Amino acid sequence: MVFYLLKRLLATIPVMLVVAVFIFLLLRLTPGDPAAMIAGDYASDAQIAEIREKLGLDEPMLVQFGIWLGNIFQGDLGESFFFKKQVSELIVARIEPTLSLSLVTIILTVSIAVPMGVISAYKQGSWLDRLTMGFSVLGFSIPVFVIGFGLIYVFSLKLAWFPVQGYDRISEGLWGWLRHLILPALALSVIFVAFIARMTRTSVLEVLGEDYIRTARAKGQTETKVLVRHALRNAAVPIVTVIGFAFAILIGGVVVTESVFNIPGLGLLTVDAVLNRDFPTIQAVVLLFSLVYVLINLVIDLSYTVLDPRIRY
Amino acid sequence: MMTKTENVLEVKNLTVSLPGDGDRANAVENISFTVAPGEIVCVVGESGSGKSVTASAVMGLLPAALKPTDGETLLEGENTLTAGKTRLRDLRGTRMAMIFQEPMTALNPVARVGEQIAEMLEIHTSMSASERRKRAIEIMELVHLPEPKKMVDAYPHQLSGGQRQRIMIAIALVLDPALLIADEPTTALDVTTQAQILTLVKEMQERRGTGVLFITHDFGVVAEIADRVVVMQDGRIVEQGPREDVLRNPQEPYTQMLMASVPSMTPPERKPVEGDFAIDVDGLVKRYGHNGLFGRGRVVLAASDVTMHVRKGETLGIVGESGSGKSTVARCIARLIDPTAGSISLHGTEIATLPESKLRPHRRKVQIVFQDPYRSLNPRRTIGLSMIEAPVNFGTTKADAIVRARQLMQLVGLPADALDRFPHQFSGGQRQRICIARALMVDPEVLIADEAVSALDVSVQAQVLELLDDIRQRYNLAMLFITHDLRVAAQICDRLIVMQKGIVVEQGPTRQVYSNPSHSYTRQLLDAAPGTEVEFGSGRAS
Amino acid sequence: MTDVKSLSPGRQTLRRLVLNPSVLIGGTLVAMILALAILAPVLGTRDPNELSTSNRLKPPGYEGTMRVYTDEGRMKVPVWYPLGADTLGRDVYSRIVYGARISLVVGVSVAGISIALGVLFGLIAGYFRYLDGVIMRVMDGLMAIPAILLAIAVVSVFNAGVMSVIIAIVVPEVPRVVRLVRSIVLSIREEPYVEAAITAGTRVPTLLIRHILPNTLAPLIVQGTFIVASAIIVEAILSFLGLGIPADEIPTWGNIMGASREVFQLHPHLILYPGVVLAVTVLAVNMLGDGLRDTLDPRFARRV
Repeated sequence: MVFYLLKRLLATIPVMLVVAVFIFLLLRLTPGDPAAMIAGDYASDAQIAEIREKLGLDEPMLVQFGIWLGNIFQGDLGESFFFKKQVSELIVARIEPTLSLSLVTIILTVSIAVPMGVISAYKQGSWLDRLTMGFSVLGFSIPVFVIGFGLIYVFSLKLAWFPVQGYDRISEGLWGWLRHLILPALALSVIFVAFIARMTRTSVLEVLGEDYIRTARAKGQTETKVLVRHALRNAAVPIVTVIGFAFAILIGGVVVTESVFNIPGLGLLTVDAVLNRDFPTIQAVVLLFSLVYVLINLVIDLSYTVLDPRIRY
Repeated sequence: MMTKTENVLEVKNLTVSLPGDGDRANAVENISFTVAPGEIVCVVGESGSGKSVTASAVMGLLPAALKPTDGETLLEGENTLTAGKTRLRDLRGTRMAMIFQEPMTALNPVARVGEQIAEMLEIHTSMSASERRKRAIEIMELVHLPEPKKMVDAYPHQLSGGQRQRIMIAIALVLDPALLIADEPTTALDVTTQAQILTLVKEMQERRGTGVLFITHDFGVVAEIADRVVVMQDGRIVEQGPREDVLRNPQEPYTQMLMASVPSMTPPERKPVEGDFAIDVDGLVKRYGHNGLFGRGRVVLAASDVTMHVRKGETLGIVGESGSGKSTVARCIARLIDPTAGSISLHGTEIATLPESKLRPHRRKVQIVFQDPYRSLNPRRTIGLSMIEAPVNFGTTKADAIVRARQLMQLVGLPADALDRFPHQFSGGQRQRICIARALMVDPEVLIADEAVSALDVSVQAQVLELLDDIRQRYNLAMLFITHDLRVAAQICDRLIVMQKGIVVEQGPTRQVYSNPSHSYTRQLLDAAPGTEVEFGSGRAS
Repeated sequence: MTDVKSLSPGRQTLRRLVLNPSVLIGGTLVAMILALAILAPVLGTRDPNELSTSNRLKPPGYEGTMRVYTDEGRMKVPVWYPLGADTLGRDVYSRIVYGARISLVVGVSVAGISIALGVLFGLIAGYFRYLDGVIMRVMDGLMAIPAILLAIAVVSVFNAGVMSVIIAIVVPEVPRVVRLVRSIVLSIREEPYVEAAITAGTRVPTLLIRHILPNTLAPLIVQGTFIVASAIIVEAILSFLGLGIPADEIPTWGNIMGASREVFQLHPHLILYPGVVLAVTVLAVNMLGDGLRDTLDPRFARRV
């Protein structure tokens, strides 16, 4: 088990390395002088030279990469050109809203989507199944910001139940925090629910066609127990896997949702950074999100050993 | 009540309809038979005969598309077709139980086997958890599983196929049902394991007086265990009666034909073949996997030091159970996989180490017919295109190749216009004929038949075997015949190689191997073959 | 009925296809949007970029006048804003109709380019096992960056425009196609009919094209349809955030909405109209994709 853990941890290194190389190259391989690009259209030559110095742009590519990676490992993500602050500080300041939004969304999603998918699979072809499938196509099709504005229009502007935009820190009170999060989380969870419900349905359907389900029925087991004890236990691995994949959708959605609802989190930071060509910030945020995504999927990978006795390492 | 309890199961005029667009209206039609306590009734038939549908109908486990439209299935006098859901659930497990063909998939992979036996007790009794566990261990002991106290906590994947089928039997019998339905329970197992499971079923049935409804396609198995036999064809019962009557003196032409098609276990007299070596294999080794970084990698010797030769006009059989390496050898010779070591000499040319570019001209000389006729032809291409692919690759013109294809179609007994059709329009047997014709398109010197008749029904199998034997003579082919089926091997092979775990344990003329096996494993195999005391294949001219 | 069986597998599929309701409805809608995009100039539209300071934020159905400068000098012409005017007085109706062009161009180009690249790398990785490791590690790396984030990162280094948006959306899609193609190649190369072709002396390029590639066709058509849908959404997201195609150059559904974010509370229709059109388009493409998947190839129905 420990050996496996180690092996899996080691396996994430090449993946993260590819990510790092990509993020690093992105800026260096673009046409034109990266320093001039960072500095913007109105920068003086001196400013450009300063940036050039700072990034070590005159060194060979490999050395630049080494410096960059070395700094990251020391926790030095560089200084934001736009905010004139250490990027690490920026991230720390912005992390709470993003974490809050993600957490509420995941809880909302999983508690809706998984039962929806299971019931839909079990009652395949029923109106409930069709409703789920219909909702899922719809959920895939409406962009999160359209849903967001739709929700604001109905619940904030017309009904005035929730605040239009913004975010309250959790330290300022739970209710205010939650009130600000409900609409964005709802908007964000639509596509997430669509995805997970559909994949859950597929997995459960697949399992329901297995021979051991027939065995359980031949034993005289009740349908509910066939579903829970045999089908769900076996569908757990694919369902959990899908939830892991869905985090990519979630992270993408966070960026958009935070913009729509004006929540000062990492997503909004990303958009601001891109609009202002603040490359150190962009690089750091992309790296951070990717790392989180990879780690989440690592944890999910490890959970297989618990969920499925066949997977032993 | 008194008269009705005589039989455990009475199937009366059962009809199960098929959904609208099938090629026949009913899966089974108006069938009647009985199973008495302590009796093993074998329902035997080829694929599509409706034998499995009958079993599912009794258990109330028919797929939703199939509906019983007439008749009744009386389990100890109670009709299971009309029983309510709850009643049916009560009956399953307690009065009737079922075991299935695939022990590998019939058990829940994420639940411990003890738990799966105990589940039966949990559903139908009020035993406590510890009592259930105790009972599970007892029944595991009863079906001769080793160390049941340990194995009770094992997961299915940690058990062999035979052990899993024993677990299935344990689950089925733990509540002492009156009727056990076994749906091809040994078809997926190796012959030695099959023999053990058949013995176990018989032992359980004798000890407990269970009535057994045994579904099979294998007459060997029927001969081995049946008390009475029901022969089915296309959803109807053709003939039924006590085993001796049906097997030794079949009345209906269909039964007679089936019996005649089952290859005999007695090899016919064959003249030794004296031709040149077409293929000469020396010290062939195939190793899979490699030592891992930490020395934890798994290395499997799929074939180890295999030495053999096939003469022109000769059929060499390689027999063995799954994992014996017989297919690995065939695939090395066809160079579908690269051998790790050793030499393969094809008419004097060494091909074991040739790189693909130099190998190409030699590919023509070795052709292969695979096991699964449904996957051997590209479904998107017409038969004609599949047939001419090889000759066109080797420089024949399209027109010439098509002329040749027409001739070969005739040879394998198919109309010439078959060339314009697609694979899905042919039956399994027809497709296998097409594959044989395709192999002949490039005048090969060696023909490898890799379990080429194993997926076919027995009547079709007999015809394809005859075809293979015929073309071997006609073209003076060296044939390498890979099979797990000792009956088939007995009838078609001049010489035999017996393999076990990648090693050749015995070789010699077929007749000699069968009458006087020198290796204990060969003896074990021959003893395990079911139904040897009944002589089949009387109708086959050989 | 009896002659269905004698049809080639391809024709049988085609037959099932035209009988599928999802394909029919989705396909019809897609065709309508396509017509909208092509016929944009003759659908009563005006220049979608024409500004009119006097007509800013006029409500839907507003009829008024607009100053134009011609050779004869300044004159007033009557204008009608069926769906209102945006913050710069541009006709929302015209902008939405013309916006269909960008969505479709981006959707189709992204699907085409990602599939072409994906098939190339997928075939290589699936058939030439020694290159598999390298290709798949790079793909794993790209897959580790959430798609929208990756697109944003790519777009940030280019000058905003249609090309850079297309590239930005292609990059995260390619690894998904590579995985799909590779998995199909891996399963099909084990098929006996492929092995039969090998013993028939068929050369590798022919083998790939004749026996393996056709099996990827159905899943790729399905996958391609879903890529079109997701590319349309991602383009809208990028343009909405102001990172994609600039609103003053080419109108897209995303930047129409993006340009009206500040005034959403008072003029919600500026976001809701293009939003609905966008959603209906994506829905149509998705329905088409679902229908194609159900009829063409249910085995590769995974949507990851």
